[in-house]
Order: sequence, then C-alpha cells, then structure tokens
Amino acid sequence: MTTYQEYLKEQRELAWRADLRKQIPAKDRTSKERVKMPEQDALQRSANHAEVNLGLTAEMAINEAQRCLDCVTPTCVEGCPVGINIPGFIKCIETKDFLGAAKVLKQTNALPAVCGRVCPQEIQCESKCFYTIKMNKPAVAIGNLERFAADFERESGNISIPEVAAPNGFKVAVIGSGPAGLAAAGDLIKAGCSVTVFEALHEIGGVLKYGIPEFRLPNYMVDVEINNLKQMGVEFITNFVVGSTASIQDLRDQGYQAFFVSSGAGLPNFMKIPGENYSGILSSNEYLTRVNLMGAAKPDYDTPVFLGKNVAVIGGGNTAMDSVRTAKRLGAKRAMIIYRRSLDEMPARKEEIHHAIEEGVEFMCLNNPLEYFADSQGRVNKMRVQKMELGEPDASGRRKPIPMEGSEYEIDVDLVVVSVGVSPNPLIPSSLPQLEMSKWGTIIVDKESMQSNISDIFAGGDIVRGGATVILAMGDGRKAAQGILEYLHEFKK
Amino acid sequence: MYKRNKMNKIVAKEILSDLVVKLEIEAPLIAKKRKAGHFVIVKIGEKGERIPLTISQADISKGTITLILQKVGVTSHKLAQLNVGDYISDVVGPLGKATHIEKFGTVLCAGGGVGIAPLLPIIQEMKAAGNRVISVLAARTKELLILEQEVRDCSDEVIVMTDDGSYGTKGLITQGMDEVIAREKVALCVTIGPAIMMKFTSMLTKKYNIPTVASLNTIMVDGTGMCGACRITVGGQTKFVCVDGPEFDAHQIDFEEMLMRLGAYKTEESEAYQAYLQKV
Ligand SMILES: Cc1cc2nc3c(=O)[nH]c(=O)nc-3n(C[C@H](O)[C@H](O)[C@H](O)COP(=O)(O)OP(=O)(O)OC[C@H]3O[C@@H](n4cnc5c(N)ncnc54)[C@H](O)[C@@H]3O)c2cc1C
Ligand SMILES: Cc1cc2nc3c(=O)[nH]c(=O)nc-3n(C[C@H](O)[C@H](O)[C@H](O)COP(=O)(O)OP(=O)(O)OC[C@H]3O[C@@H](n4cnc5c(N)ncnc54)[C@H](O)[C@@H]3O)c2cc1C
Ligand code: SF4
Ligand code: SF4
Ligand code: FES
Repeated sequence: MTTYQEYLKEQRELAWRADLRKQIPAKDRTSKERVKMPEQDALQRSANHAEVNLGLTAEMAINEAQRCLDCVTPTCVEGCPVGINIPGFIKCIETKDFLGAAKVLKQTNALPAVCGRVCPQEIQCESKCFYTIKMNKPAVAIGNLERFAADFERESGNISIPEVAAPNGFKVAVIGSGPAGLAAAGDLIKAGCSVTVFEALHEIGGVLKYGIPEFRLPNYMVDVEINNLKQMGVEFITNFVVGSTASIQDLRDQGYQAFFVSSGAGLPNFMKIPGENYSGILSSNEYLTRVNLMGAAKPDYDTPVFLGKNVAVIGGGNTAMDSVRTAKRLGAKRAMIIYRRSLDEMPARKEEIHHAIEEGVEFMCLNNPLEYFADSQGRVNKMRVQKMELGEPDASGRRKPIPMEGSEYEIDVDLVVVSVGVSPNPLIPSSLPQLEMSKWGTIIVDKESMQSNISDIFAGGDIVRGGATVILAMGDGRKAAQGILEYLHEFKK
Repeated sequence: MYKRNKMNKIVAKEILSDLVVKLEIEAPLIAKKRKAGHFVIVKIGEKGERIPLTISQADISKGTITLILQKVGVTSHKLAQLNVGDYISDVVGPLGKATHIEKFGTVLCAGGGVGIAPLLPIIQEMKAAGNRVISVLAARTKELLILEQEVRDCSDEVIVMTDDGSYGTKGLITQGMDEVIAREKVALCVTIGPAIMMKFTSMLTKKYNIPTVASLNTIMVDGTGMCGACRITVGGQTKFVCVDGPEFDAHQIDFEEMLMRLGAYKTEESEAYQAYLQKV
C-alpha cells in the first residue's frame, strides 16, 4: 500500500510535472511578487454587502501558480488539515487546466470554494510554504488559487459530480448541516450509504449560512455545494431537531444504523456584567442570524434588526470582525471593536482585521467593558469601559490583560454586539444522558474514528472541538465517515 | 423513513374572536412528541419571520397540532389570514421543556388573554394527574375570552373576570385568585398571560407563599438556544427561555427586565405592522 506521501511523490514525478518545473528556472519563480487579490474599494464596499475579494483573473492565477516551486517535500500539505495535494492542483493551474485543478481539490475537500475564502491560510497551509519557512517571503497564495479553481469550475457549468458507489445497504443519519455534516454526508454517499441530514433550522449550511456574512462568503456558493450533494443522493430534512422532533432511538427504530453528530457550537457566551440584558445588547449569533439568515436588513423581509449609529462589538475573533463590518454596512457612523488585549493577540484572521481597518472600523484595544446603561425605555445608551495593560503570558500563551485602576470612562453606544465566544450546543447531549462529555460540554470521541462511547454515535466539528475552523470541521466529518464505514462493515453485515 | 413531502397543511380553522384564531395543522411527528408546555416555531414563506407559538392541543391519531394565536403584528396577522388547505412553510418543534405534572393537591390556573391557549393543556394534564383544578380566566371584554368551554370541561371550578364587566365578574384576574386563596389551600399556581399580568399574579402568590410557575413569551429567533434573544434573569442568573423554559419559578423572574426586553423592537415592529395593514 502506498502512503499519501508516496502518492504525492509519484504524482510529482509524472512527466508533465517534471517538464513544467524545467520551463521556468527556480530563481525566476522566486523573484516573482505574490499576486495581490483584487478587492472592492473600501469606501464603496463598506456600504454594500457584495463580496470584498473579487477573485483572481486567469492570468493572475497562472502567474501566482508559477511561483510555486513544486517542492520535493511539499511542507505546505502538512499545514492543511485535510492534506490537500497543493502542488498537484497549483501545477494544473499553471498549465491552464483549471478544471483539472478543481478535480484535485475535490479529492480531499468537498467545499473548496468555501475554504479558499474562509480558511485562515496564513496559519495553516501558507504558514508551512517553502517561501514562508525558508525564504522569508510571502507564501504562495494557496487559498486564493484554491478559490480561483473552484470558482472557475462552478462558473464553467462543468461541475464534476463525484461518482457514487453501488448501494451498500447501510443507512446513516447526519445531525446538523454545517461543514462537518456536509463533509461526512459527501463521503458516506460516495461509499454507497443512504444518507439523511437532519437540520434544526429552516436552512442548510450551519454557520456558513447563519454566521459568515455575504461579503465574505455568498450564500449561493454554499447552495451550489449543497445541490451537488443532493444530486449525489443525500437527503436533507430541515426543521427537524434531533432529540425533540425525534430521538436517536426513534431514528434507530426507523432503520438508521449509525449517527454523525455535527451539531456545532451554538450557545452564545455573555460576560455577566451589569446591564448586559438591556435591549440593544445582543449576541453576535443573534445579530448575524437576523441579518444573514433572516434577511433582516432587507426591506421586504419581516424580521427586524437594530440599525445602530454607535455600535460597539465586544471581542476580537472572526465573529467580532464579521459583526462590526456588518454594522458598518448597515449604516453605523461609529463601528468599534472593544477588545481587552492588543491587536497582536487578536484571534481573528489578519486579513479580516486589515479589511475592517480599511473600512473605517475603530479598534479600541486594551479596553474592557464593565457596565451598560440605558434610557428610560431600557434601551442601551452608554457603556463603561476600563483600560487594560498587558502582563505576563497566561496559560494560553498570550499576555494577560490587567485592569488599570482609575482608567474607567464612558462611551455613547446605541447597539452592542457581544462576541466573546460560544459553547457547544447542548441539545443532543441533553437528550442522551449516557453520552460521555467533557467538562466543557463537548462530546468525547476517539481521535481516529471519531466514535463516541456509544458505539453507533460518532461526532465531529465544533461539538467536539468547542470551536474551530471550517476546514477542521470538514476534516472531522471525513474521518468520521471512514470510522462509520469501518464500524458498519464490521458490526452490521 | 422521514420524507420531506409537503407538510404543515392547515386542516381546520376557527375564529375565536376578533383577534384570536385557532389553526389545526398537520404535523404528525410533532403531534407524537409534544407534551403540555411545549411550543413550535413557525415561519411563513422565504421572507417570513420565525415566531414561537404554544402547542395548545395535539391529536396523535390525526397527526395534527392546534395553535391558537392572537393578531399582534405582521407575522401573527399573516398566519391568521391563512385558510384550510394552505401550507405553512416552516414549523419546527416540539421545543422547550415540558410542564412538570404531578399530583400537587389544589392547582390554581390563572390565564389571561391568549395565554389561556397554552394554559389549556396544562389544565387538562393537571386534572388527569388527580389534582383539584381551579381556573381563573381573564379577558378585557367578553368577546376576547377564548376556550371557556374547553377549560370548564376539565376544571373543578372556573372563575371568569373581565376588565369591563361584560361577562363573569368585573375586575382584574388577581381579584378572582384572591377569592380562591382566601378560602382554600392552594398547592401550586400556574400563570400564563401578558407579562404585565404575570408580574401581578406572581406578586400576589408570593405574598401567600404559594409556589408559582409562569410560562414566558419572550422574543425569540431560532428557539434552539443559539442566539440568546430570549434571555431573561431568573434568581439573578441569565436563562434562555427557549431551552431552559418556557416555564420558570415565577417568584424568581425579573419581570421588569422582561417587560423592557419585550418592547425592544416595538418601533420597528409597529412601523412594519402599520405598513402591512395599509397593504391588506
Ligand atoms: C461568525 C463566524 C465566522 C467564522 N469565520 C470563520 C472563518 O473565517 N474561517 C473558518 O475556518 N472558520 C470560521 N468560523 C468557525 C466555523 O464556522 C466553525 O468552526 C464551523 O462552522 C463548525 O462547523 P460544524 O459543522 O461543527 O457546526 P455548525 O456550522 O455550527 O453547524 C451545526 C448545525 O447543526 C444544527 N443543529 C444543532 N443541533 C441540532 C439538532 N439537535 N438537530 C438538528 N440539527 C442541529 C445547527 O442548527 C447548525 O446548523 C466562524 C464562525 C462564526 C460563528
Ligand atoms: C414560548 C412562547 C409561546 C407563545 N405562545 C403563543 C401562543 O400560543 N399564542 C400567541 O398568540 N402568542 C404566543 N406567543 C407570543 C407570540 O410569539 C408573539 O405574539 C409573536 O411573536 C408576535 O409576532 P408578530 O410578528 O405578529 O408581531 P411583532 O410585530 O413581532 O410584534 C408585535 C408586538 O408584540 C410584541 N411581541 C413581539 N414578540 C413577542 C412575543 N414573543 N411575545 C409577546 N409579545 C411579543 C412586540 O413588543 C410588539 O409590540 C408565544 C411566545 C413564546 C415565547
Ligand atoms: S483547505 Fe484551507 S488549509 Fe487546506 S489548502 Fe485549502 S486553504 Fe489551505
Ligand atoms: S511549499 Fe509552497 S512552493 Fe512548495 S509546493 Fe507547497 S506551495 Fe509550492
Ligand atoms: S430564541 Fe435564540 S436562544 Fe432562545
């Protein structure tokens, strides 16, 4: 049996790859500048919901692909949680075989158009690129190229629907339709299982739909991928809360032989400070759900949303960036990030922080909210914050913020979005008392098979990790699909 | 196998008052699972809003659930316009925790306005569990009193109060409750109605140390614990009504805060409602 490393080597040794390497000397490749992603103008885009990044042209993509050295040991692959054959797809782009590139991506990643947009590449694949680790130059723009190939395939109308094996007689239920669930469903259907995805909301896609805004990931792009899965035979049932509409036992009685729980991290955290329940103070989940899932900002949709003029978003993660940039787009005069550490410690992607700054978001770092105040109607109108300074690194390795005595001051606000993290969704665990859980409320699984202590229940994504990334969730989904197949073949024949 | 065929068809409709409509909807899975106290989230069409409504009754053999709703804004109005044969695009449930039912002794059930609808299944199950059930029903005026007969069918005694005296006794719901408390020992009180009513009913029972449960109707979005829109303070702690409730110990609830939060979108909603009424 060949290992994946050996497979990558074999691919690299194919004649066309060897020829291609010779066409441009390595020195010329490394002297090229990284191609810049075209963007909508900052002033213009902060007033619309269209995508910020416009995508590379074919010419730009080929240029960027030429930078890739097709390394003997492609370290970039180690940085990708699903081990995409990165030089393999990039070299297809270099030869203008864009559809071929998309095919290579789809061998390991069911949602390349999504990952090319939202992966934190700078800490994953691109952080391990030869350019980053050995040459101290900007990495090959792997994410941008991935997006290019996936978009090209979709726009060409030649989407390759992966082949589906003959039915194997197994019936599997996937609970939750976020990236983990979609990835698992894709692999299970390919293997010949009958697959049903149950989703509690009225829309399929999980955070990809209700969380991440249109200007970073248009919903229709997610729908294209979901349609592919439908065409392959996956059945989706919305408005179905497993644990309430039917229990796992009910589903077993209906013939489902294995379960993949990908119910995500849905429970918003609050800071538990005085005044936090005044109206006009909401979680980022509520704010983004109203806008992204319910269309609240569009005039012909029924769901309302506050249109704040002075908006404070508390936190420094991706969710906080998405919320503050949404507020800006909904007409906020001041859109502020209030974060208790410094810009360097912010967990959000550098690109998002950079985009937010360009769009006029104010970053009030080293500030921590203490209390909220409201008018006579209970509507928030002020907040009290305290300045912080950085001390010694704490358990997370980041420098610990320490309050500065006497530095408290007030800010006028009329909308506050609290974005200080989420906890795992408790719906499934609370309906299955025997399920083994960690003290953080995540499901405990075997790291290889993703199997829980209940043999027919597997889990992955944020419900296992507490909070992660789209690609890690998808990686879990794929591992679990393997685990489920092995389990079914062993025990259910 | 669960099929995604056309679901949620309206099979019966009854107009209970100018403002209140009863809809019976095909939802066999929900009918099978629901218990007193559960609710569903309903959404009409792609652009609709998600709103919570209590499951007032269910018929497992017919596979239907009954919703009783009061027209207060755009979505409830749109729902009330639907007719037998129409489909409701999205209905999800049963959500929330079911009512804790056991034999307590005498149970005083205090329902106001459309709150009588969610109270009815609780009255029925409290009675079936062997309790002596006394129901106090209140409405602004005779025409707005709903489900009186259904409540009578399963209560040991019913007291009706109207604000204008057009039916039953003239006065507030708390007067009717006072009358019962003065004459017999009440083991538990269950109260459902407008937030302001529940605030006063629970102040009354607190005075007499009668354990009291209130079912809250906060603003909701997802109804699955994901957004926090429904949060309230109970005994100094933040709770989510959709997953921790909707029923809580009434004496621990911060009703002032809840009233304030209910008004959160008042301006936006009333503008939308006026615009909608202009259109229809
Ligand atoms: C605003 C925001 C921005 C983000 N930005 C990025 C980014 O740029 N890059 C990145 O990599 N990651 C990002 N993330 C993180 C990433 O989205 C998550 O890690 C990922 O979506 C987790 O996937 P999942 O499949 O585990 O769960 P989810 O996407 O959360 O999906 C879970 C689904 O399960 C459903 N569900 C729950 N319980 C039940 C039940 N009992 N029955 C049926 N259905 C149920 C839920 O309704 C939901 O649809 C972001 C997250 C947020 C919130
Ligand atoms: C668990 C639960 C069970 C409920 N059961 C029922 C029921 O069985 N029958 C019924 O008629 N209603 C019930 N409600 C209330 C119902 O959800 C609201 O009346 C509905 O959301 C109003 O929507 P709308 O678009 O018609 O009005 P909107 O335009 O949204 O609101 C109109 C007015 O009603 C107020 N309002 C908004 N949302 C709510 C709310 N959730 N509760 C109370 N007032 C609100 C607003 O302040 C506004 O002034 C329940 C609520 C909850 C949380
Ligand atoms: S999936 Fe993400 S980490 Fe992997 S190659 Fe693509 S952008 Fe990089
Ligand atoms: S490490 Fe960088 S240069 Fe080398 S193969 Fe990967 S992307 Fe290309
Ligand atoms: S309605 Fe969203 S958490 Fe309760």
